[in-house]
Amino acid sequence: MSVTLTEAAARHIANFIAKRGKGVGIRLGVKTSGCSGMAYKLEFVDEKFEDDIIFDSHGVKVVVDQKSLVYLDGTELDFVREGLNEGFRFNNPNAKNQCGCGESFNV
Amino acid sequence: MALLQISEPGASAEPHRHRLAIGIDLGTTNSLVATIRNGLAVCLPDEEGRALLPSIVRYRADGGIEVGRRAVAQQAVDPRNTIVSVKRFMGRGIRDVTHIEAMPYIFEDTPGMLRLRTVQGSKSPVEVSAEILRVLRARAEVSLGGELIGAVITVPAYFDDAQRQATRDAARLAGLEVLRLLNEPTAAAVAYGLDNAAEGVYAVYDLGGGTFDLSILRLTHGVFEVLATNGDAALGGDDFDHRLFCWILDRARIAPLSIEDASHLQMKARATKELLTTCDEVPIKLKLDSGEEIDVLITRAEFAEMTRPLVHKTLGLTRRALRDAGLAVSEIKGVVMVGGATRMPHVQRAVAEFFGQEPLINLDPDKVVALGAAMQANALAGNHGANDDWLLLDVIPLSLGLETMGGLVEKIIPRNSTLPVARAQDFTTFRDGQGAMAFHVVQGERELVADCRSLARFELRGIPPMAAGAARIRVTFQVDADGLLSVSAREASSGVEASVKVQPSYGLSDDEIADMLKAGIERAGDDMAARALNEQRVEAERLIEATLRALASDGALLDAKERAAIDSAIDALRALCAGADTRALGVGIAALARATDEFAARRMDRAIRGALAGHKIEEI
Repeated sequence: MSVTLTEAAARHIANFIAKRGKGVGIRLGVKTSGCSGMAYKLEFVDEKFEDDIIFDSHGVKVVVDQKSLVYLDGTELDFVREGLNEGFRFNNPNAKNQCGCGESFNV
Repeated sequence: MALLQISEPGASAEPHRHRLAIGIDLGTTNSLVATIRNGLAVCLPDEEGRALLPSIVRYRADGGIEVGRRAVAQQAVDPRNTIVSVKRFMGRGIRDVTHIEAMPYIFEDTPGMLRLRTVQGSKSPVEVSAEILRVLRARAEVSLGGELIGAVITVPAYFDDAQRQATRDAARLAGLEVLRLLNEPTAAAVAYGLDNAAEGVYAVYDLGGGTFDLSILRLTHGVFEVLATNGDAALGGDDFDHRLFCWILDRARIAPLSIEDASHLQMKARATKELLTTCDEVPIKLKLDSGEEIDVLITRAEFAEMTRPLVHKTLGLTRRALRDAGLAVSEIKGVVMVGGATRMPHVQRAVAEFFGQEPLINLDPDKVVALGAAMQANALAGNHGANDDWLLLDVIPLSLGLETMGGLVEKIIPRNSTLPVARAQDFTTFRDGQGAMAFHVVQGERELVADCRSLARFELRGIPPMAAGAARIRVTFQVDADGLLSVSAREASSGVEASVKVQPSYGLSDDEIADMLKAGIERAGDDMAARALNEQRVEAERLIEATLRALASDGALLDAKERAAIDSAIDALRALCAGADTRALGVGIAALARATDEFAARRMDRAIRGALAGHKIEEI
């Protein structure tokens, strides 16, 4: 089981954490809500919890709780630019259909 | 498809519930928009990567509107329809704007705020500002990929109610929800994280393109108060360019230039100034349309020397602000630098010497206000983490009060009270059976209404008939977090109410505010004397009125001689009222009071006899 970052995503995350001045990594998760059932969570990590699983990707600690991992296994987090907009995108092989917004999905 | 941003731990938004909020620095020369992305405040650039949007709007004959750099390019070609520095006109009448005769616009002197006649018809400064805000809003929406819930817009700390209201109106016109208007120096302090710093007093030195502002802020319990502001609305980086421009002309021995050549040389001067920030000397070479060639060399030291008076002027204003706040230089804990002109090394050095400490310069001085506004917008939108629930307070720049009898000002909310604030005070009626009361809301530091600025008038009607002084009318002044004032009056026994939201008669300039503050301090003595005189006059009139009333009802208690004595005391006091001798007026009041002593005693006896008649002692 694994969750990875693209090189671009890792570089930006490392940069954001450095500028923020604290944080040990990035948390990827899912919660149940949104128009397609599940919603992605993307947060800085200041403390780890017991059921967290930690991956290392391009030198960045990727933290996922066990419940979320079921839905996120094999996911690659990418950083993309679209015109003036820029941000992260989940490339999740488990997602069957995504709502157009990219913020929620179901399996 | 929306792209995700990193949230603070536990603060992930629900899908489709991202509360996108922006901060806007609506500047005189340049404007910027910023937001919080991945936990960091960033300015949002345009397609070409530039964060600064020149605050210039051009109305084209074909109905098109150009904002920013494209408008800059047309400034020389179409000056009348290319509006520069519109911020100076916000909430102002024609008489408030200095050097208006030198401006290329056709002004319309409409009541309240002036208007500008353009090829697309008459435009108010609010509409022009809205065009700038519209461009920034569109940039933010494209950059963030969604609808904005609102914006925090910064304004100078000295902006009065009229100017704040005009800024708010411009935002509304541009389709922006205003979360809050924030004072520029406060925004800069927030950007530097001073709200998390040690408590104390901080100075914000803001030298922009065309304006200088110095603000003294006090931070207590994570709350900022503006203790004092001072500045010059006609002193900025452009003046440094102009000094250099004149120096070059003088050095190159060149006669008056054509408009095009002057404009080229102006741009060259600005570029040279910017180069001198990093270079010790800069060669200036320019071939003019007239065929003449300029080839001179300038050193950083020479530039510093020629602009020393400008820097000196800013420090003089700084000293005044400190004095106004009653502070010594040594009490300033930190100094924040804002505005592109603070990049000049000799400005930084002068400020460091003045305050005896290195100023904060590590954030981009052009962006720092917008960044702070974005942080505040993010907090107001509810996106902040659990432990940074800060609240920003601002203050009112001039005291707010009411006109009372005799043209005096009763201050209800003193200057520098933190916002939001509400204060109530009880007033009463002056005459028997007085059924209505007029309220005149004024702003200023002086004791006499005539020396303050009139903000609004309203009336409370339907006061039930009562003896003079018996009615209790509670007047409440309330200023919301944006500095907008509402005043209400309520009579206690009947509950009749009246109120007014201050839509101020636009009118005061920064200089006037500064002058009024200064006059308030310098003339404190005169004002006290004027106040004393007016108070004595009111007292005299009250006494005459009461005596006449008593004479009308109980005049029969006096013999002709007694009556004549009282009448002559009244006449004497009336004569004194017309004069300006406070002490003589006091003597006259005492004389009338003495002359009526016996009369008052007799009236009292009769009243008691009337009350006691037909009663037994035991009943009393």
